[in-house]
Formats: sequence, structure tokens, C-alpha cells
Amino acid sequence: MAQNKSTANEMAQVETVIGRILQVGVIFSAIVMLIGLVMFLTTGFSGYAGSYVPRRMGQILVGTWQLRPYAIMMLGVYCLILTPVLRVVVSIYAFYKERDHLYVAITTLVLFILLVALVIGING
Amino acid sequence: MIQTALIMLAVGVFAGIAGSILGIGGGMIITPILTLGMGLNIKYAIGASIIAVIATSSGSTIAYLRDNVLNLRVAMFLEIATTTGAIVGALLTGVLDPKYLYLLFGCLLVFSGWNMYRKLRRGSEVLQRVEPDKIASKLKLNGSYFDKAEMKTIDYQVENVPAGFSVMFGAGVASGLLGIGSGAFKVMAMDTFMKMPLKPSSSTSNLMMGVTAAASATVYFFNGAILPGIAVPMALGILVGAVIGSRIMQILPARWIRIVFIPIILYIGLQMLFKGLGVHF
Repeated sequence: MAQNKSTANEMAQVETVIGRILQVGVIFSAIVMLIGLVMFLTTGFSGYAGSYVPRRMGQILVGTWQLRPYAIMMLGVYCLILTPVLRVVVSIYAFYKERDHLYVAITTLVLFILLVALVIGING
Repeated sequence: MIQTALIMLAVGVFAGIAGSILGIGGGMIITPILTLGMGLNIKYAIGASIIAVIATSSGSTIAYLRDNVLNLRVAMFLEIATTTGAIVGALLTGVLDPKYLYLLFGCLLVFSGWNMYRKLRRGSEVLQRVEPDKIASKLKLNGSYFDKAEMKTIDYQVENVPAGFSVMFGAGVASGLLGIGSGAFKVMAMDTFMKMPLKPSSSTSNLMMGVTAAASATVYFFNGAILPGIAVPMALGILVGAVIGSRIMQILPARWIRIVFIPIILYIGLQMLFKGLGVHF
């Protein structure tokens, strides 16, 4: 009984920590997007010639370092795209903590499928 | 430029509130607004809408540390179907005539809208069977949630897992093929086929949409369909809207969610049927 109770407590703690990680992830991407948007609107310049949009990862990181508004905005968008993936990763940990091996396997399979999609996306 | 950003922000807040209450990503709403309303190329509209889907889904995680309405096991189990479907859909683009998909899904949505209407009239919300479903028990899919509108904990059972799984695969294909979150199909699979109550269905669909959309969004991100000037203010608006919406959903009676949902699902269903039949307005 005591064993059960401590497991339930532990679970609630794990879930709270996971919730916090996800909140930080989403708020972080929102702040990055907001900084980029404010810079873009106040300077009126995207940081690139014409309507060019940086989309390769290296380009975006270099552009962010050089404080180009479009690069910062795209970095924020990319972080936002990764938040659901982060959700899957931390769920694996949650099920592991719950000692639910069936769902550790199921969720790992989902993550694997997502990675396949990523590889297809980059090469496609 | 500032005007565009403000309009996008406002559209985002609206889409975020609607999306998080109904468990739909709003891709079907945002794409028409951007193409018909603002004259944007459909390629960029789809790029913005897939980001909108993710923002709606992630917005609710800011609202709660722990979403007690959500059924994480149902979400993860069904995501095997949606993500696989999304890849198949992405690979099928260009091979298959989307006409047939539009027709099939249009029919399904109209059927689902009709079914929800019947439920509304009968008034029963939660399935309680004497014999629990074998597959659902084995996969531990049955759940419970605390309904703030009714002030009580509601236990529910899930059935028809294979049917729900198949519809989810179809929802994934549609998502990959058309660049939408297909939240309406996800809610339908859980609510109509698996007999899950509406609130956990919406909330679970909301999480699943984000995961499914993340797969297709990566593709759109790298092929240049995302315009930061449009997608960023919209995403920010949606995050704010989704926080507001997920608060509203908790205190809103399920009956009202259904009343709002039925016309939307019928509208999308008819729109898809017309598109499949090649009727233009």
C-alpha cells in the first residue's frame, strides 16, 4: 500500500516536471519568434535581400548570430515544430518511470516513425 | 507590413481559441482565410496552416502543467497509425488523385456530424458496458477524467479499437497529403468509433495533431513553404488563443462543444465532397 502511494506520488512529480519542460520549450520558442518579429517590424528589414527566406539550419544559425530578423523568426518556428517531438520523448520517460513496458515500446516506436519522417523530409 | 502582422495575430487568436476547444487544428479554416481572403499562394497558406496546427497543439501545454483530461495511452497508441499514415500520405503525393480522398473523407465527416447530432438528441455522453472491450483492456485505454462543468470524475470505456486505428491511419494520410492537422477526423475516430467522451477526445486529438503535424512540418520547413512574416505572428496569436481556449473548454458543458462542433464538421465535410466532385463556387 505504502509502496503504491509513493509510486503515485512519484508519478505526479514526474508529470509535473514533464509539464514544466514542455512549458519552457513552448515559451522559449514563443520568445524567440517574438524577438524576431519585433526586430522585423521596428527595423522594417528582414535581414536578407528581397523576399529571401533562410531555410537551411546552418544559414539560420549564422543569421541568428548576425541578428537577422528572418533567421531569428525561422529559428523560433523550428523550435516550435520540435515541441511535439519533445512531448513524445518525455512521454517515453514517463512510461518508463511508471514501469509500463508496453507503452515504453509503443512510444519509442512513434519516435522512430517521426525520425523516419524527418529523414524522408530532409532527403525528399 | 505591421498591418499584415496584426491581422495574422488576430486570425491566430481566433483560430487558437476555436482549435483548442474543438481539438481541431484550424488548417481547414486558416487555408481559406489566407488564400481567398488575403490572396496568398496556396503553397504558403499550407505552410502557415501546418505551423498553426502545431501552435494550437502546443499552446495547451502552456495552460496546464498536467492535462488531466488527456488520455496519453490512447494518444500514443493511435499515433503509430497517424504518423505512419502521414509518411504514406507524403509519399503518395503526386501519385494518387486526391479527388478520392476528398470524397471519402467528406462522406466520413458528414456521417460523423450526423452521428454527433443523434448523440446530442439522445443526451447520453458516456459509454458504460457490462463487458469491457478486450483490446481496450489489454492496451489499458480505458480512462477517467474530472469534468469541471459537472464537478465530478467521469470513468469511461473505449471500444472498437481496430476501427478507430484505421480511421486514424486515414487521418494521417490526409495530413501528409494535404498538409492539415486533420483534427476533425481524429475527434471523429475517438468520439464516433471508439465511443470516448468528447472532452478527452478533443484534448487527446489536440496532442496527437501536434505530433502528426511535426512530421509534415519538417518537410514544409525545408522546402521553403514557410513565410516567417505570416507564420510567426499567426503562431504567436494562436499560442495566446489556445491558452484562453483550453481554460474555456474545461468549464464548458460537453453539450455546447458538440453544438459548436456539428456545423463545423458538416461544413468541412461538404467542402471536401464538393472539392472531390470538382464543384467550384
